[in-house]
Amino acid sequence: MAVNSEQTADRKAMGKIINRYPPERRYILAIMQDLQKQFNYLPKDALQMTAEYVNTPMSVVYSMATFYKAFSLVPKGRVVLKTCDGTACHIKGSNIIIDEIYKTLGIRPGETTADGDFSLETVNCLGACALAPVLVANDRVYPKVTPASLREIIEENRGRRDESTERE
Amino acid sequence: MNQLKGNNPGRRTILVCCGTGCLANGSAAVYEALCDALKGNDKFEVETLAKATGCNGLCEKGPLVKILPDDITYCKVKAEDVPEIVEKTLQQGELVQRLLFRDPATKKYYKSHHETNFYKKQHKLALRNIGEIDPSSVQDYLDRDGYQALEKAVKRMSPAEVIEEVLKSGLRGRGGGGFPTGLKWKACAAVDNPPRYVICNGDEGDPGAFMDRSILEGDPHTVIEGMIICAYAISASKGFIYVRDEYDLAVKNLTKAIENARERGYLGKNILDSELSFDIELVRGGGAFVCGEETALINSIQGNVGEPWDKYVYPAEKGLWGQPTVINNVETWANIPVIINDGAAKFASIGTEGSKGTKVFSLVGKVVNTGLVEVPMGTTLREIIFDIGGGIQKGRQFKAVQTGGPSGGCIPESLLDLPVDFDTLTQAGSMMGSGGMIVMDDRTCMVEVARYYVNFLAEESCGKCVPCREGISFLLETLTRICEGKGKLEDLDLLESMSCTIQQAALCALGRTAPNPVLSTLKYFRDEYLEHINNHRCPAGICKELTEFYVDEKLCTGCGRCRRNCPADAITGEKKKAHTIDPEKCIKCGECIDNCKFQAVKVK
Repeated sequence: MAVNSEQTADRKAMGKIINRYPPERRYILAIMQDLQKQFNYLPKDALQMTAEYVNTPMSVVYSMATFYKAFSLVPKGRVVLKTCDGTACHIKGSNIIIDEIYKTLGIRPGETTADGDFSLETVNCLGACALAPVLVANDRVYPKVTPASLREIIEENRGRRDESTERE
Repeated sequence: MNQLKGNNPGRRTILVCCGTGCLANGSAAVYEALCDALKGNDKFEVETLAKATGCNGLCEKGPLVKILPDDITYCKVKAEDVPEIVEKTLQQGELVQRLLFRDPATKKYYKSHHETNFYKKQHKLALRNIGEIDPSSVQDYLDRDGYQALEKAVKRMSPAEVIEEVLKSGLRGRGGGGFPTGLKWKACAAVDNPPRYVICNGDEGDPGAFMDRSILEGDPHTVIEGMIICAYAISASKGFIYVRDEYDLAVKNLTKAIENARERGYLGKNILDSELSFDIELVRGGGAFVCGEETALINSIQGNVGEPWDKYVYPAEKGLWGQPTVINNVETWANIPVIINDGAAKFASIGTEGSKGTKVFSLVGKVVNTGLVEVPMGTTLREIIFDIGGGIQKGRQFKAVQTGGPSGGCIPESLLDLPVDFDTLTQAGSMMGSGGMIVMDDRTCMVEVARYYVNFLAEESCGKCVPCREGISFLLETLTRICEGKGKLEDLDLLESMSCTIQQAALCALGRTAPNPVLSTLKYFRDEYLEHINNHRCPAGICKELTEFYVDEKLCTGCGRCRRNCPADAITGEKKKAHTIDPEKCIKCGECIDNCKFQAVKVK
């Protein structure tokens, strides 16, 4: 029962987002961006509802969902680590940070830890090149990351997750 | 003084830089602390106001705080410094010396950033307002001659005259192509098939580049004004700004700017009581590098996957929904109001024969003053990197500068005196691109840099055409092999021949320029490739499989800095005695070599 009511609530939220836009094909991208922000991924239901709404085959919506980097078809971790791998960060050692994250959390870019705590993504330039290498954990920006400071960052964000669950 | 314009001299204005770099360094807290300190404070002689501005460019020294009309610049300001600034500077009129910009070479302090070499050699046109205004305030923009170019165009010029002015200015597209902007407009206006569209390409995808972002965040109205002027010139009814969704602040500031422009009658029906009716819609990009290519971007706006099409017919004739479309880059748009206001002749007096005006570069990498700079075309690379940029970090050796993003190339020291413009960079095997300028030192491996760009392009290739999709994957496999020490001499020939095929056969400009990083490094840094292949050694100490660090006993003073910085506890040694690195434990992160003040850590 609980699961069903949750699903209905989700569908309601999805409908609300989709209805913000006129039912035209050119708004698929905008709709999916808002859905991604709300749910942290694009649920299958949401894609189907979008396709129906703009009267476009599901295959078109799916091709867009998989083409653009901003979208994910599986849920992302509670904390998304984004390591900047723009050129400035790269030549200042971002690949070492990525290696160290793998050693500590066992995830490579695009993956999520089994417990759903952390996801790792690489981004191509955050525009904060003076702070290279840069790491972003959800919205927190960490400048000039080193292998040593990385461990602290990961611990800090584990704590951060606990805080938020306690509050809930 | 130009920077005082729009900031009432009868009042004191404190500008806190809230560009991305400064925000990441905590400038929001500085701004809040300042607002709190000013609230209800009656100890000032003149009215004092705090404003959050866009990026000032000197990101390395952020957060920056500027005080006008005194023209004082404070660097690396923290929220804790605010009480001292309020008390000493704002109330007593004294400088806080420790927060002033200090030249690392001469140790001299500068009261204003305008006195520093970083700013003195710059010439700001596209960035003229950024850092001086609150981007969320249309009034700030109006106070600095905002929307006057639009008024001039609409009320005193014919559409043909506007196009002629842009043509005469010699402005070329700043997104990388360098196509004359006036010609584009003229071609579009000549197609008798309304409606026509105007697009701003803000899908800045080059890694290591943030020019467009700074303009959209720091001065959104200039882009909007440029687009409206074009709409007038070509009789367009609708415009689109395509911006990366990751640029939260740019999206926010643009949304507000469009609303404000509508309220003030610069967008909508009968703009400034003329026949012109024009509106702008914001489209958030989905994060695909290829959408920076104009036909791919148009596909994306239409609600398709962002794949390019072959340009037998240019968008000026058949673009968005098959209609005539002008599409220009953010920086190009930002130049339009300047050209109309000051006249084409003045604009054309800046720059070189073939490239007029200025260019914004994001100067990043191993350079002392990382940041955003705008210089006249024709400025040499040496001036940009050494005079403005302050040279190489940690006194290391310059090796190369990469321009043009993933489609560009690496330029060696022997070409540093090259005057930068569209044509000279192309001749050198690189390109202007959108303006990324990444400085590399002797700790950058050129083979690995080529691999990095090719890896980026392999991920971002849309996959539509075979030469790009398969060719780049092949380049990546080969380069990875060389970086891992499994390269063979014949690999270099394979790289070259595959690069030629891609250059000739790929569908869009992104594909055709993709081999540039490989070809330019092969041309200028072939020795490094050979060192990897023949001697299984990475001279820069970057390719892990080919690197072993050791401490030169003669140079080591035993200061212990490397030992303390080593995250793997691989370094041992007693105080004041030469240290040693355990190769078994070493993770080859390079912390030791980068932090040694005596150049005692070496690559075997």
